[in-house]
Amino acid sequence: VRLSHLDALESEAIHIMREVAAELERPVLLFSGGKDSIVLLRLAEKAFRPGRFPFPLMHVDTGHNFPEAIEFRDRRVAELGERLVIASVQDSIDNGRVVEETGPRASRNRLQTTTLLDAMAEHGFDAAIGGARRDEERSRAKERIFSFRDDFGQWDPRAQRPELWNLYNGRIRKGEQVRVFPISNWTELDVWQYVERERLDLPRIYFAHEREVFERDGMLYAASDFVERYPHEEPFTASVRFRTVGDMSCTGGVRSHAATIDEVVREIAATNVTERGETRADDRFSEAAMEDRKRVGYF
Amino acid sequence: MSATSSAFETAEGTRELLRLVTCGSVDDGKSTLLGRLLFDTKQVMADQLEHVEETSERRGDGYVNLALLTDGLRAEREQGITIDVAYRSFVTATRRFQLADAPGHVQYTRNMVTGASTADVAVVLVDARKGVIDQTRRHTYISATLGIPHIVFAVNKMDLVDFDEARFREIEAALGDLGERLGVRDEVAIPIAALTGDNVVDRSERMPWWTGGTFLERLERIEIARDRDASHRRFPVQWVIRPMSDEHHDYRGYAGEVAGGEWRAGDEVLVLPSGLRSTVAAVETYDGPLEVAVPGQAVVVRLADQLDVSRGDMLCDPADPAVVARELDATVCWMHERPVEPGARLAIKHTTRWSRAILDGIESVLDVASLEQVPAERLGLNDLARVRLRLATPLVVDPYVENRATGAFILVDEATNETVAAGMVLGASV
Ligand SMILES: Nc1nc2c(ncn2[C@@H]2O[C@H](COP(=O)(O)OP(=O)(O)O)[C@@H](O)[C@H]2O)c(=O)[nH]1
Repeated sequence: VRLSHLDALESEAIHIMREVAAELERPVLLFSGGKDSIVLLRLAEKAFRPGRFPFPLMHVDTGHNFPEAIEFRDRRVAELGERLVIASVQDSIDNGRVVEETGPRASRNRLQTTTLLDAMAEHGFDAAIGGARRDEERSRAKERIFSFRDDFGQWDPRAQRPELWNLYNGRIRKGEQVRVFPISNWTELDVWQYVERERLDLPRIYFAHEREVFERDGMLYAASDFVERYPHEEPFTASVRFRTVGDMSCTGGVRSHAATIDEVVREIAATNVTERGETRADDRFSEAAMEDRKRVGYF
Repeated sequence: MSATSSAFETAEGTRELLRLVTCGSVDDGKSTLLGRLLFDTKQVMADQLEHVEETSERRGDGYVNLALLTDGLRAEREQGITIDVAYRSFVTATRRFQLADAPGHVQYTRNMVTGASTADVAVVLVDARKGVIDQTRRHTYISATLGIPHIVFAVNKMDLVDFDEARFREIEAALGDLGERLGVRDEVAIPIAALTGDNVVDRSERMPWWTGGTFLERLERIEIARDRDASHRRFPVQWVIRPMSDEHHDYRGYAGEVAGGEWRAGDEVLVLPSGLRSTVAAVETYDGPLEVAVPGQAVVVRLADQLDVSRGDMLCDPADPAVVARELDATVCWMHERPVEPGARLAIKHTTRWSRAILDGIESVLDVASLEQVPAERLGLNDLARVRLRLATPLVVDPYVENRATGAFILVDEATNETVAAGMVLGASV
């Protein structure tokens, strides 16, 4: 028996899921309706079925989502019969925990951190399982699979524990938290191949579709009520697909005619721009942007 | 759309995952080699390359410094050295590589041990001008101690020794002696020049005397499928699945990752440490029953009898069980700034079981210059030592040389919860 790379990565991820469940008291799995978290749900099924998941799901809802992603989220949660907690950025704004940015470059992406940390405190969650991957961004290459956050949810690159073999140390003190990344070692291509192999359903925005978009900084954004456009940013219709389902204000699309998973996988295998370089506006401002946000508790 | 209609998936799905750890002293050219590997296998994205070009220019490197492709966190960028383990991946037609990049700085043994713990292959950089130095010996020693089955020595900077075959053969012979002395199972040396890409991905025209293939070809050819222990059946129970739903009323499945041997329905089972016996009723996954499960696979084992089995128990072959140990002889790598002395109490995690241990004695510590074991009173950061541990509750172990999964453990400081040591079982007693 020779295991394929997808088999090996899958087994590793299942092992990690079971370790979090066994070692932490109140884990939660972050589910956004995006492809990485859709893969996490399948891995959780593989880890725990026919039992129920030993943790609820949580969506940090910016309120500026693609409607297709929300619809998908609710359908998938219903199919699984698991519990979903919604942590709302709008609530954080209404409660005065964060201040809404204004202007054409406003984004709720940065505000999510507070909402996430507040929700974890409110529900007493001590571990959040997320779909981040090491290939997404350079500072992630050194991220641990069990990533420790102090009482303020902060990440200190120097205070991380060495990870040896598959022996994860999930011991924490009260108030501390862990972020756990079961698909840390996967690449974007691995994720797509897995989606294809498992025949996972995805929100429609991942496939080419006609949409009203406008161009900014060389990228295409969905025209929506959530984004203020500069006068010269005339919307037009184009065939696009999105590579992530983040906040509409900072998730760019690519021109594409790839209408099936197979076609998307081919397109990605041939592509020459990284996922973040292409579609995440927030990272383009500063090379160390991600690192700065991680220090203050961003996922 | 059906899975079988996709030629792409079939080709992609059969790639084998190879885990590598790379090590070398500062300035041996490790970052350049990795950058070269990514660049010449066309894994560098346009925006990454653009970034590297800009940074090279800003630093005044005078050329596109491919080493910058693999550099990491800001603190390290400022210091200009790598201080932690970075993980990245790349693919070729036949393999999916997972690379742990352990830095070469003298005091960072712990990083290499971390990267080495999961590696199938160690890549050790050697500077052709310097040949085998203390660092080479240390890296080879750690690779052998961590049970990495294959070592590839990349003898770099061949351009600086005029691509001279005699110089390479001299180094190759010294590496052969070293490997033999340290009990390396499979090793090979390859002459390269990372800066210019000679023998990295593309064959060098300046070393016509070399017919051993390129560095990448070598990595693609290493046979790893049989490296894991396939003869001793071991299954540490990680999680018990008990739905207690109407549909699965009596279902009780033991979830975990196969640590040794091949598992099939009908196999006899001994549960340790309890000593209970049963047979395997089924080996299954979410996708259905398996005919056989092999090491590294995450599966669920169901037993024919209703037994009291829980997380931390080990299912074994009754004809060939693991040892239920109260005392361990072990090699440990101490990973914390705070030193430790005999008498210290620590938490220990082995497979899926936690226990507590007392550091009963320090037999010896490795002198990395001579590779001799010398006496020591205490263990400091980066020490590799032979120790005796007494356990509060038994662990079910094998010698690390026989099984990397059931022979490995970590030690954790009970006050701070920090992981302070990596350990490998040498011997065990009840
Ligand atoms: N002449 C020559 N220089 C090299 C070669 N490989 C790396 N270097 C240089 O050696 C120095 C250290 O390389 P780097 O990759 O940063 O080393 P690291 O510290 O091991 O990561 C840099 O100046 C490289 O340009 C090579 O094959 N030939």
